[in-house]
Amino acid sequence: MIRLSVPVRQALAKLTLPVFIVASFALMLLGKADALLAERARMALADAMAPLYAALAEPLSGVHRGIEGVRHVATVYDDNIRLRDENERLRRWQSVALALDAENTTLRAQLRWIPDPAPSYVTARVVADAGGIYARAVLLSLGPNHSVAKGQIALDDRGLVGRVTELGARSARVLLLTDLNSRVPVILENSRARAILAGTNGARPRLMYWAEGVQPAEGERVVTSAEANTFPPGLPVGVVRYSASNVPEVLPLARLDRLEVVRLFDYGLRGVVPPEASVARMPERRR
Amino acid sequence: MDDRLPGIRPRPSLWRRLDGIARRSFPTALTMLLLLITAAPFRLPGQAELQNAAALSCVFFWSVYRPGSMPPPAVFLIGLLADLLDFAPPGVGVISLLVAHGVAVRWRRDLMRVGFLLVWLAFAAVATGLASLQWLLTSALTFRLLPAGAALFQAALAAGLYPMLAVLLSRAHRGIAEPANA
Repeated sequence: MIRLSVPVRQALAKLTLPVFIVASFALMLLGKADALLAERARMALADAMAPLYAALAEPLSGVHRGIEGVRHVATVYDDNIRLRDENERLRRWQSVALALDAENTTLRAQLRWIPDPAPSYVTARVVADAGGIYARAVLLSLGPNHSVAKGQIALDDRGLVGRVTELGARSARVLLLTDLNSRVPVILENSRARAILAGTNGARPRLMYWAEGVQPAEGERVVTSAEANTFPPGLPVGVVRYSASNVPEVLPLARLDRLEVVRLFDYGLRGVVPPEASVARMPERRR
Repeated sequence: MDDRLPGIRPRPSLWRRLDGIARRSFPTALTMLLLLITAAPFRLPGQAELQNAAALSCVFFWSVYRPGSMPPPAVFLIGLLADLLDFAPPGVGVISLLVAHGVAVRWRRDLMRVGFLLVWLAFAAVATGLASLQWLLTSALTFRLLPAGAALFQAALAAGLYPMLAVLLSRAHRGIAEPANA
């Protein structure tokens, strides 16, 4: 240990804080200049924490289910009436759907329609919220030898969740479609008008840039569009709802606030993938 | 243990020295542990803000009452961990925690003398200032005007959390984290 005189030591102690403040500014610039380095550091930490959080997620979701159960007991009568109603309605729709399916099959047989290849998918558990204050994202826990790539599309059992934006050895981060930076090309199902679904960090993303002469209708279904080669066409996204200030928003079908398990689909689309991702993973892709 | 104080004290054996080190590093270790716990999947509404508030409260408390156990390098590491866990632009959390540390150390002579209510008020002011700073820096780094409501909520949550954490931390301050008890 170097022995320093008292004034020198005091001066050094006074200097530590300014030096570290300068260092944090340097860190900020470094994070901006070399985004890949920051991403690697984050995903390394996420990789280390993901198994731990995955182990925790099991009992915690049990607790959540218990709380939900208690809450459901209180509303079981109302739920039953609502479900009976809904069942009746769905039965009618089921017969319509079966008729349409049969018709579709015969029409396709006559047209020599080439069916879309069935996409491969993996199922992953959502282990933590990875959004922070100014973002909406979730962290997935993956096996060590996973085949997940950046840009793959995450869906839950109801609809579109988001896309894989960061990838680690045993974890992945999925940017939700409600995030401020999320832009999804969509089609309004009735009018077939194209639009962009832009996240706002709120619960309902906003519709933007729809075609002139078309007005999104309240309750209209919104599905993904194949434009920009990022999403396959026709994935269910949500339904149009007008906000109090008369702005068309989309209520997502996916339960984004209570995601437990998502499926990651590989549609083989590499439309908009960050440049470093496609370069870094090039040797591994066999297509 | 402070060797400048007069008095009889036991011989500093290896275990006693280890005990002292453990007690001295308790504040930093506890803060990091709190960060990891608040990042766990509890699905609480506003959990990201809670994580931020917990880190800020801990750093502020220890910087006022025992700055020796919360030196700038430790604050830097805590901020870095928070930023990495939060997927925030790296450096934003670090700088706000360092500023909180600097302000707390600068004000500590006055804050030690006044009652809890005034300390709480000072903390609320610091939390509001830092939430605005974080909002400003994150907006600048992502080239996008972020919703300011989140920053307000973050400041309010931090101010609300501080009294609860302060009760627990001041117990630790007199008990487990006191090097003189070693």
